Amino acid sequence: VKYLLLICGDESAEAHANDGCEGWSEEMLSRGVLEGGAGLAPPTDATAVRVRDHEVLLTDGPFAETKEQVGGFCLIDCEDLDEAIEVASKHPAAKYGTIEIRPLLGLPPGTL
Amino acid sequence: VTEQAVAQAFRDEWGQVVATLIRVTGDWDLAEECAQDAFAIALERWARDGIPDRPGAWLTTTARNRAIDRLRREAVGAAKLREVAAMSYESGPPYDGGVPSDNGASDDSAVPDDRLRLMFTCCHPALALEARVALTLRTLAGLTTAEIARAFLVAEPTMSKRLARAKQKIKNAAIPYRVPPAHVLPGRTPAVLAVLYLLFNEGYAASAGADLVRRGLSAEAIRLARVLAQLMPDEPEAAGLLALMLLHDARSASRLDDADDLVTLEDQDRSRWDGEKIAEGVALLDEALRRREPGPYQIQAAIAACHATAREAGETDWAQIAGLYSRLSQLTPTPVVALNRAVAVGMAKGPATGLQLVDELAASGVLTGYHLLAATRADLLRRAGRPGEAVEAYGDALQQATTDAERTFLRRRIQELTS
Repeated sequence: VKYLLLICGDESAEAHANDGCEGWSEEMLSRGVLEGGAGLAPPTDATAVRVRDHEVLLTDGPFAETKEQVGGFCLIDCEDLDEAIEVASKHPAAKYGTIEIRPLLGLPPGTL
Repeated sequence: VTEQAVAQAFRDEWGQVVATLIRVTGDWDLAEECAQDAFAIALERWARDGIPDRPGAWLTTTARNRAIDRLRREAVGAAKLREVAAMSYESGPPYDGGVPSDNGASDDSAVPDDRLRLMFTCCHPALALEARVALTLRTLAGLTTAEIARAFLVAEPTMSKRLARAKQKIKNAAIPYRVPPAHVLPGRTPAVLAVLYLLFNEGYAASAGADLVRRGLSAEAIRLARVLAQLMPDEPEAAGLLALMLLHDARSASRLDDADDLVTLEDQDRSRWDGEKIAEGVALLDEALRRREPGPYQIQAAIAACHATAREAGETDWAQIAGLYSRLSQLTPTPVVALNRAVAVGMAKGPATGLQLVDELAASGVLTGYHLLAATRADLLRRAGRPGEAVEAYGDALQQATTDAERTFLRRRIQELTS
């Protein structure tokens, strides 16, 4: 089952932007769990796009103004939710931020 | 007679039938529907052919056959059908297109832990607590959605949505259908115990006038705790929880008087306590404690046993209860446990010592606004022979109390002290 890990944190989490993953990526890659991911530039660099009545509307900033913002993501492939929870809880960001585990919708085999 | 047998089988076997069907079909809704069908067929067949020797095996086989019929109609792949037809009990009868004709030819003892799998999955911490409770009642206890909605005072469509959402999450997020492996088990068992204890308390707290379904939650909780204790013989907390429930339940007849008002433990008619339940609870507890792995449920059961085995209120071993609360507050350091400890200490060493502990708690501010803090203080002041201050504290408690039964009790105390 594939899950997206959304790594979320408040402003204070930005201090950790260049921390790296303390070997988490290496471990999960070697376990065959990690399929990809990246850290994100801060939400102040975000641009939100909407198309309404054929018009492209742009806003500066993230799509929702909340205290916690997505700061990175990882795509993982696990046996089940218990394994995904174990993988997410080992991520260093879990200690200061929040990691949301979102299962991907079932896609036809070979799509991803 | 048939109806009685089916009703009995429903109580005893529903959870097992659903749990096994979920395992083999992987489909929670299908499992419930087929289990329901099996009980409907039993009503008809058992009246005609007699009650089978092993109703559980008969029902499981019948439900499985219904599942095969349904899956066939939905043109599910042959591999899945074979899997369901084979199930996991080797000596089971081959699919014959109908219901089992022989009594108990299949062997359901080969899959004893399906209910345990179901309990752990229903109580998975990734599900909201209210969803865990609802799923447990629906799939393990066999309550209908309407009954669960009534028990928790929500509209039926709300409960229906809650159940559907939980089942969808189990499927989409791939919550595994299993008893967690040994290294995760200690962390996950408390979640199962907590759901069962919550169910018990919901029923226990319901007044005599409350809905029968709501009051019945305690009996369901005891039934499930019994199953859990059987299935987890190496977990003394499971036995401890069952013992705790039995020891509380044994006193339920004397908790309220004829006017439905609360009767304190001290004033309860102990001849109305259920001796059989007390004996079973104490025996279960003694056996659990012998493993020397005490936990919060065993300690709470030990406290309940101190009360339940005292022939009269004056014989209560308060020193031991105070010691048990000290132990409990080490394991679960909550202010409510600290308050209960203060009561026990007050009874063992005199109200002045108890008051000192209560005042320390009050000063910490963690229980501000909690009516039992004021009520406990009031009771200790009353026992200490300080009626004026007691009345004042009872007045504070009266303002903070949440149920009519409590308010009635507090007013009565004030009246006793001022008359």
